[in-house]
Amino acid sequence: MKILGIESAAVTASVAIVTEDVVLAEYTINHKKTHSQTLLPMIDEICRMTETDPSELDAIAVSNGPGSFTGLRIGAATAKGIGLALHKPLIPVPTVDAIAYQAYGYEGVICPLMDARRDQVYTGLFTSRDGAFTVCLPQGPRAIDEILREIDDRFPEERILFLGEGVPIHRALLEERLGDRADIAPSFAARERAAAVAALGLKYYQAGRAVSGADLAPEYMRPSQAERVREEKRAEEAWKASEAAREKKDGAPKP
Amino acid sequence: MTDTKKDILVLGIESSCDETAAAVVKNGREVLSNVISSQIALHTQFGGVVPELASRKHIEKIDQVITEALAQAGVTLEQIDVIGVTSGPGLVGALLVGVAEGKALAWAARKPLVGVHHIEGHVCANFIAHPDLEPPFLCLIVSGGHTHLVRMKDYGEFEIIGRARDDAAGEAFDKVARSIGLGYPGGPKVDRAARDGDPHAYEFPRADVEGAPYDFSFSGVKSAVLNELNRLRMQGEEPVTADVAASFQKAVVDVLVDKTMAAARDLGEKKVALAGGVAANSALRAAMQEACDRTGVTCYYPPLILCTDNAAMIASAGYYEWCKGRTSGWDLNAIPNLALGKKVGETGGRKQG
Repeated sequence: MKILGIESAAVTASVAIVTEDVVLAEYTINHKKTHSQTLLPMIDEICRMTETDPSELDAIAVSNGPGSFTGLRIGAATAKGIGLALHKPLIPVPTVDAIAYQAYGYEGVICPLMDARRDQVYTGLFTSRDGAFTVCLPQGPRAIDEILREIDDRFPEERILFLGEGVPIHRALLEERLGDRADIAPSFAARERAAAVAALGLKYYQAGRAVSGADLAPEYMRPSQAERVREEKRAEEAWKASEAAREKKDGAPKP
Repeated sequence: MTDTKKDILVLGIESSCDETAAAVVKNGREVLSNVISSQIALHTQFGGVVPELASRKHIEKIDQVITEALAQAGVTLEQIDVIGVTSGPGLVGALLVGVAEGKALAWAARKPLVGVHHIEGHVCANFIAHPDLEPPFLCLIVSGGHTHLVRMKDYGEFEIIGRARDDAAGEAFDKVARSIGLGYPGGPKVDRAARDGDPHAYEFPRADVEGAPYDFSFSGVKSAVLNELNRLRMQGEEPVTADVAASFQKAVVDVLVDKTMAAARDLGEKKVALAGGVAANSALRAAMQEACDRTGVTCYYPPLILCTDNAAMIASAGYYEWCKGRTSGWDLNAIPNLALGKKVGETGGRKQG
């Protein structure tokens, strides 16, 4: 099978064509040019260089979030357009899973850290032992302290490999808390790569996780700001209403 | 050479604001399908368009909308000759969904891609509605985001002769509608309320822009309405919604019609067209028609379905741009403040292969 991998969840723009045996081509840029301008020219380039006609692609794997809302949509729309034109299935790959998969073969525990802003990271815990890649803690937004506690609880003795754009931000804290047990990924595995998206996508495809373009939507893991503000307002109003009801019932305001 | 020209089918894609739309148009004029997935119900809860939610809805719906447009036209993607997509102006996150999808579709299907200016699309809605309409003509484009007076010299050839300096006309409608409790979307609601009101109940200002006779300014009339409402409420009087709506609407329509007719007279244009969401306004249509009839100018406006955002107009504009040999590269980007007259197909970058 030939899988096209697309990664545009964060700063990295990356595309790859991967088979069961080999990465035929991979094109990765860590530069601040907009994904809208880079992604499709990069796909065009790797197809030309490998003399791959788009119709030869069997499925499109896309890094499906979390990440930058806009970046995720550019990746999803690109995957959808190609899938729609060629009648090929799409494989949504959790972005944190794909980052972890870059460290396939690592003996300890793999912990990607993506910058999630608001004092959080998108992270999860993974192992790849005895040939099995296992999601131990699914991806999600967490405070850095929270993931460090999870590591203490679940894997108190293990070595931990950190990778992703959150590493430079939190490196000092990781080394302070884990000492020698903290490993930091080398440059070639330090950011998202589409080859990992495609390779893990191939596994997920075999596990029956492919979807149609109509059914693909990014996994934002966060509501929009407008929804968040509305929820906060509703919660506040509900609290005020319950306070008012309580006062009415008790006949006296809370001291 | 034979005189039997091949029909050109253009697939148009539009996602610049709160409608996800796709359409198939033949030879720039004949609509084979025009599918619109509206998000009004979603945004109404927030009192206006929420850009992030609009973008999220676009990415959920875009495949279904395109598939439906092809199905209703009774064609497959293979039979499509050109793909046209709105690349600006508009909400950047919303635009990017259509742009990325359209590019990927064109790349994978090996079709030429044309980035379309949204306003050019609105103008072209008139080509769909009026098979006999040919350039040159003058076009007033009025919508929630735009107020432009444009001289269309030839297919795909524009000259802007006037524009809004502050609020777009539709924006003023939305703000006034909110202030008198009519809500979003303001245009159709003010239009409806105004039918029962007295347009001379209040005197709101008609603003000119010094040194730019065809430019518009609507922030003054909007502020005047808000001030008047404040004044009345301070005095304990409740303003009559229908009268405020009618008086405000008349002030805006007067300016739009006067400036358009002045430009038509000065430039010797004998044809005037309306376009954009506010072109659906019944008072504007009636006043423009009357002014044109009085001066021997022919007035054109599209049916309501082609006034608001749609992809048929984008397909039509895409057709005429393609006829001019303008296509876009795979690096086509969404440009939120894309200027009219800047040819989106000629932004440079690598050529299609």
